[in-house]
Amino acid sequence: IQFLYNIFIFSDTFFPYCPPPAKYGGRHTVALIPGDGIGPELLNHVRELFRFSCVPVDFEVVHVNSSSTSEDDINNAIMAIRRNGVALKGNIETNHTMPPNHKSRNNLLRTSLDLYANVMHCQSLPGVQTRHKNIDIIIIRENTEGEYSSLEHESVSGVVESLKIITRNNSLRIADYAFRLAREKGRRRVTAVHKANIMKLGDGLFLQCCKEVASGYPDIEFDSMIVDNTTMQLVSKPQQFDVMLMPNLYGNVVSNVCAGLVGGPGLVPGANYGRDYAVFETATRNTGKSIANRNIANPTAMLLASCLMLDHLKIHDYANMIRGAILTTMNETRLHTADIGGQGTTSEVVQSIMRIIQSGGPLTTEI
Amino acid sequence: FGGKTWYIKVSFTCLKGKYLEELNIQTVTLIPGDGIGPEISTAVMKIFEAAKAPIQWEERNVTAIKGPGGRWMIPPEAKESMNKNKIGLKGPLKTPIAAGHPSMNLLLRKTFDLYANVRPCVSIEGYKTPYTDVDLVTIRENTEGEYSGIEHLIVDGVVQSIKLITEEASRRIAKYAFEYARNNQRTSVTAVHKANIMRMSDGLFLRKCREVAENYKDVKFTEMYLDTVCLNMVQDPSHFDILVMPNLYGDILSDLCAGLIGGLGVTPSGNIGANGVAIFESVHGTAPDIAGKDLANPTALLLSAVMMLRHMGLHGHAKKIETACFDTIRDEKVLTKDLGGNAKCSEFTADICRRVQDMD
Repeated sequence: IQFLYNIFIFSDTFFPYCPPPAKYGGRHTVALIPGDGIGPELLNHVRELFRFSCVPVDFEVVHVNSSSTSEDDINNAIMAIRRNGVALKGNIETNHTMPPNHKSRNNLLRTSLDLYANVMHCQSLPGVQTRHKNIDIIIIRENTEGEYSSLEHESVSGVVESLKIITRNNSLRIADYAFRLAREKGRRRVTAVHKANIMKLGDGLFLQCCKEVASGYPDIEFDSMIVDNTTMQLVSKPQQFDVMLMPNLYGNVVSNVCAGLVGGPGLVPGANYGRDYAVFETATRNTGKSIANRNIANPTAMLLASCLMLDHLKIHDYANMIRGAILTTMNETRLHTADIGGQGTTSEVVQSIMRIIQSGGPLTTEI
Repeated sequence: FGGKTWYIKVSFTCLKGKYLEELNIQTVTLIPGDGIGPEISTAVMKIFEAAKAPIQWEERNVTAIKGPGGRWMIPPEAKESMNKNKIGLKGPLKTPIAAGHPSMNLLLRKTFDLYANVRPCVSIEGYKTPYTDVDLVTIRENTEGEYSGIEHLIVDGVVQSIKLITEEASRRIAKYAFEYARNNQRTSVTAVHKANIMRMSDGLFLRKCREVAENYKDVKFTEMYLDTVCLNMVQDPSHFDILVMPNLYGDILSDLCAGLIGGLGVTPSGNIGANGVAIFESVHGTAPDIAGKDLANPTALLLSAVMMLRHMGLHGHAKKIETACFDTIRDEKVLTKDLGGNAKCSEFTADICRRVQDMD
């Protein structure tokens, strides 16, 4: 129960909060972008579970065709998210054999909606066997600039330059977000991850902004660590980290390392927050092409992401009910899917969750 | 080229028998370094002597001096020695903060065009970490990429760093990776990239790797996203063999792999340059707090020296010294403080020397 309580506390957002715009008749509308690979099947399970548990959320499904060169699809999706304020999405594949002006759709979505904070909470789950125990790290990653600026050019044939942009405004913004989140969740230390010894101006600016913001939060300890040392520490002693704050690319590396440490990509949900919009997805954003449509994918990450979404919509009862059911199911080793060492199927896991919800008492439809 | 001459020399002598190999004494430039550098270099020299390795050491100092024209450079004797011997072994170098000259490692890299940083990471039996089946090699492009050092302040509050990827450097590193795979009987090479986001730069790197892979059909070539590699690496490192990547990813991943096997104190590293130059080094710091107290752990420098022997073709001696070192660590009776024991550096060295001599 303490464990569930901690998760409940985390999932609450703390922004000066206005109710999401798409609420009518007590029901919310959320944009749903199935994406590719395992996205569609997992999101179908989410819809099935919501329908079964009578969650007052309706989904507006928007398909994005990853193989089309026109940007109409992704623009429609962005429009839908603007309309609804909240989205749940699968990963859209980026075919990198296409010409370079064909940008990553996921990245386009994040930058257009200015979803500047990617938040991922890595916690060791009691039912899952891992090499390291007692991990509890919140990773906050700048989501819009840095190395992912997509500004590249070939000045001379055979020489390509890619620009990494760091701005003062965005660095201050993400640092402020991190410290406010740390304070809200009662966390004691924020660690900034950087490579300022080599990239003196770029990461130097980021670090300086973090220090400035840190001075305004004297109750929270602030330290910094170079990214290569960070990865080394993460694989030997991950328990030393509390909240970690970093620019885009290092965030990618560190969040994947942490996801691997707590049990894999199938277990950790992720959230992308902007000032006006929020998009929820799995933390490591994998397409999972090789396991698509084989009923072996782990639905936990996507289901936990949908719980984060319910918390964002302030429907906490349903969020906690579903989350509790998921964690109880996680304790059953025989229901573990292949990625965490078991032989269960996706549908078995979802059925078990539904059974637990039904036995919990509230109104449900028939299984 | 000096490099090619050795391979021909050694293979010729191998035909004539092992005893000739013994007569073929090669000179290696030794750079002891700062802090614990001198003591671990002495330890390595002692062990090599006990193993009767056909190596003669030429000690040189590389503290930067200001050359004509005001540019910082390494002392000419050191440069000359390296160019003559082609092989070097380096201890940890201290980067003074206010000395005015750039990092020594950077200077060495630029002087000898050390384009490939190779780090084989093998789990050490006896030094327990949560990961027990690691056996991979990270090959990192060391001259360009994100560490090109080109940064600009565009307007107040906006900074741009340039990541440079060139065809030439990418092709060179890919070729080295496949050659390494062939020479060391490794089965696969994986290119690590982020071409879904950095379409042109990592796209170019990937294309060059693919082109070079065409000429090495006996080695399996795969490509993997950086995040997928990180994810899989911490869950199951046994899936990886050789990883080749640009500068930044290489920096992060090679340290990640070092962390998997126990840290920088037990990880060997080699830098391969153009013109056959190769400098093998220990990548840990100078540890000024334990310098001179006979507490240092020479394992990293020793394993780098073993890597050097393999590079020179002296596989017999390399195996002997490596086995002795691993046996000492596995035995857990004489271990330095950082490995969990409380023996002195000299005791640890003596134990390895004894084992090497017993093997003969």
